[in-house]
Amino acid sequence: MKLISAIIKPHVLDDVRDELAKAGVQGLTVTEVKGFGRQKGHTEIYRGAEYTVDFVPKMKLETVVADDLVEAATAAITRAARTGSIGDGKVFVSDMGQAIRIRTGEAGDEAL
Amino acid sequence: MSKTRLHSTGRRIALMLPALLLAPALASAQDVSQEMFTVNNTWMLVATFLVFIMHLGFACLESGLTRAKNTVNILFKNTSIIAIGLLTYAFVGFNLMYPGDFSIGQFFGFAGMGLDPGPEGNTVAYADGAYTYWTDFIFQGMFAATAATIVSGAVAERIKLGAFMVFTTIYVAFIYPIAGSWKWGAGWLDQMGFYDFAGSTLVHSVGGWAALAGIIVLGPRIGKYLADGKIRPVAGHSMPLATIGVFLLWLGWYGFNGGSVLSADPELVSLVFVTTSLAAAGGIVGAMGASWTFQKKPDLSMVLNGSLAGLVGITAGADTVSVNASILIGLVAGVIVVLSVLAFDRAKIDDPVGALSVHLVCGIWGTLAVGLFSTNPEHSFVTQLIGVAAYGAFCFVAAFIIFLALKATMGIRVDPEEERIGLDVAEHGMESYGGFSITHS
Repeated sequence: MKLISAIIKPHVLDDVRDELAKAGVQGLTVTEVKGFGRQKGHTEIYRGAEYTVDFVPKMKLETVVADDLVEAATAAITRAARTGSIGDGKVFVSDMGQAIRIRTGEAGDEAL
Repeated sequence: MSKTRLHSTGRRIALMLPALLLAPALASAQDVSQEMFTVNNTWMLVATFLVFIMHLGFACLESGLTRAKNTVNILFKNTSIIAIGLLTYAFVGFNLMYPGDFSIGQFFGFAGMGLDPGPEGNTVAYADGAYTYWTDFIFQGMFAATAATIVSGAVAERIKLGAFMVFTTIYVAFIYPIAGSWKWGAGWLDQMGFYDFAGSTLVHSVGGWAALAGIIVLGPRIGKYLADGKIRPVAGHSMPLATIGVFLLWLGWYGFNGGSVLSADPELVSLVFVTTSLAAAGGIVGAMGASWTFQKKPDLSMVLNGSLAGLVGITAGADTVSVNASILIGLVAGVIVVLSVLAFDRAKIDDPVGALSVHLVCGIWGTLAVGLFSTNPEHSFVTQLIGVAAYGAFCFVAAFIIFLALKATMGIRVDPEEERIGLDVAEHGMESYGGFSITHS
């Protein structure tokens, strides 16, 4: 199984969730984060003082899927989250050692 | 009608005797009817609780314009201020502000501790049927607390709670009412012809001078002014709260100015409602123009300050300037407040909520504006200026000394670590938002 993490723009979340459901992904965790990549920040001004805001609000998605679902899931995220403008984000795939369903105690792919 | 009154128990008794003797003959001609007395007094009590709601306004505004990690502390200070204000006013403040007879020149007088309406205090005779003694006390008491709360925003996010409360107690108990007696208590400035309808000087600048002294003695917040001369913005955490606060303050101002007519006089109260509202509107427009021009983008916090600036500006002369003048006074105040905020920051005077710009600078402007725009020929710019200078000298020096004394004894500033963690956790062991963190990065 793999952990898929994605940093996406907040406003594409609904589309990504729909595409992932179509791809057969059952579970998802979402966190509100701030960050930047190569996208520069912007300037804000408060009571006369200008300052650069480096961190841009983003959504972080995490889902653990069976190995055979990884390609469909990453494709779904990329398809739904792409706007074409800078700051679209990234998808990360890493190995996940174990998963356990708390209610039933199932482990491995059955827990996903 | 000015707020000057000459109440004291001794004076009332002295005046009572001839009145009692002549009462049957004079009753119908001189006395206001019981109905009018009730109308006047009722309006004054409505004005009282309108001024009261300004404390909620200040609490919201100050919270909104400061960081979430200090919100409990701000709210705590605001809650304690109304208590300190009302209690000290009951014990000593009222009778310092309206001593009746002065004992040191026309600068200082004291009509005794505690409240005592006397036999006539709650009758038509007390204030020509305008209000009762109790109304007089509680209406004025709400003003006293308002002056104190101006300081709390200016010293926010770094003052020690205990030191602040000690300062407030001393300042509101003694400095505010003694200074106030010079005009509203019929002291020397009143006799000179100085005019302050509802307190641009007596309330707003008295609070403002103390705020300035506090900011100077305290120093700026950590990280606000960088070594290379840059100003780091320390953003407020809730613009909605700040906005709610400002509109509550505006609402309260109808009582603040409307009640300062000291009766329900239809012409004067309605005129004051109009000048007050138009000055606030002018303030918003002035601040909007200045902010949009000098800051490239229209800044909500500046526009909010602008409305208050207009309100403070009209407070000295709401009953004695024309409607057009009130708009102009507001407009100028709106521009001044924006420029002041920028200027104070450039001078490294850290004022988190703009209290100095709104209350001190525009309080002075409003007072001088009476000299420029009053329809009453007895008001003069020079007299207004003398008043401004006198209050400035007295209040600033007094506040400065108190703050220095507190700094030397109990300390007035929290530790840098406490300031970084936030006063909610450091001073109160509490969080404002249930553990949810609202930070700006």
